[in-house]
Amino acid sequence: MATAAATSGGMDDFVKGIWRENPVFVQVLGMCPTLAVSNTARNALAMGLATGFVLLAANASISTIRRFVPKQVRIATYILVIASFVTAVDYLIQAISLELHQALGAFIALIVVNCIILGRAEAFASKHPVGRSVLDALGMALGFALALFCLGAVRELLGSGTLFGAAVLPARFQEWVVMILPSGGFFTLAAWLLLFAWWRQRRERRPQVAANGGAR
Amino acid sequence: MSAPGASSVWPMYRAMVGVGALCGLLIVSVYQATRPRIERLREEALQRAILEVVPGASSSRTFVAAADGTLSPAPPGARGGRRLHAAYGPDGALVGVALEAAGMGYQDTIRLIWGYSPEAQTAVGLKVLESKETPGLGDKILFDPAFLDNFRALDLKLAGETLVHPPVAVKHGEKREAWQVDGITGATISSKAVAKIVGESAADWAPRVRARRAELEERE
Repeated sequence: MATAAATSGGMDDFVKGIWRENPVFVQVLGMCPTLAVSNTARNALAMGLATGFVLLAANASISTIRRFVPKQVRIATYILVIASFVTAVDYLIQAISLELHQALGAFIALIVVNCIILGRAEAFASKHPVGRSVLDALGMALGFALALFCLGAVRELLGSGTLFGAAVLPARFQEWVVMILPSGGFFTLAAWLLLFAWWRQRRERRPQVAANGGAR
Repeated sequence: MSAPGASSVWPMYRAMVGVGALCGLLIVSVYQATRPRIERLREEALQRAILEVVPGASSSRTFVAAADGTLSPAPPGARGGRRLHAAYGPDGALVGVALEAAGMGYQDTIRLIWGYSPEAQTAVGLKVLESKETPGLGDKILFDPAFLDNFRALDLKLAGETLVHPPVAVKHGEKREAWQVDGITGATISSKAVAKIVGESAADWAPRVRARRAELEERE
């Protein structure tokens, strides 16, 4: 029984970040990279993966050292850990592709102050064992990357008629240039948030309708 | 007897110093492991950029400037130092030089390469190699075609050992002279920074290129 409960708890730690507590669409965190780097699917996915790597490494490390870090210095220690992993990711991305590093620009360094990472460190990793913290980070990272990809894909498709650089829409399609500009990020995010809000409301109403129907 | 509170302070020191040491180890290890590949990729990107900023170039040769101003061919594989890249056309004639330059932008150092024609005494092309300018605003210096067009015929004439008109960035739409750089709206500081970097690099290199042109014209 206890094992089943633990497995279900672990699964919940993983799944909640992808959908129910999605960092972008539900918690509305990390808006700076979300809006700025989601102009193409490639950039969005690369930023999602880079942030995900830092989130995973930071959650695992912080959970490991949580008993040795007094609460007075915990935030400073977490920032130190996060900044170190971001620096490592910065070098790794440069080693993979200079063009990608150039495209992500200042936003790689800004992963340090992405509130999703410090938020998960403080709210989850500092209070839970390594296994659960890793699952939490994986879920949140996947949720963040998925959200960025949703934005990037729509913006690239409508703004350039391509997906991952490959032409998808017919040549006669007139590109909506505004979609790859910063304002396009706001429009797309608003549309996705609207969709999520509508879906949540619909889901919340369903049990009420069923209950009312049953009462009759 | 230990000082009051010493026992509660020690875990804080231990946590901060211990985590700091581990983080330092991580950063230095990753830096060491990735450095050779990053340098190779940078060198390849630089070689591509040389041919891009000097129109008509099909090959190049790198020279290193000594402290006394003399230029000597860079040994193969040599990196760093003050370098000049002479660019040659398909017929082997010198078509221009590509110069690496760097300076402070709005956020961080902007590293760029620009082409100079000793014949016309103008800039002939520019490519930003590295910058951390504000995304959506300052980073337009990387790709804004109208801004980059400024450096296709930017007047850098010499009077003696100095430039007649060091390039200056002006507000968008107010460019009247060939030595002015039409700035980007919303990226004034970045535009000015690029104009200043090119101006300083030109003031430093243009007299030297003129003096050593015969050496540069020798392809090998």
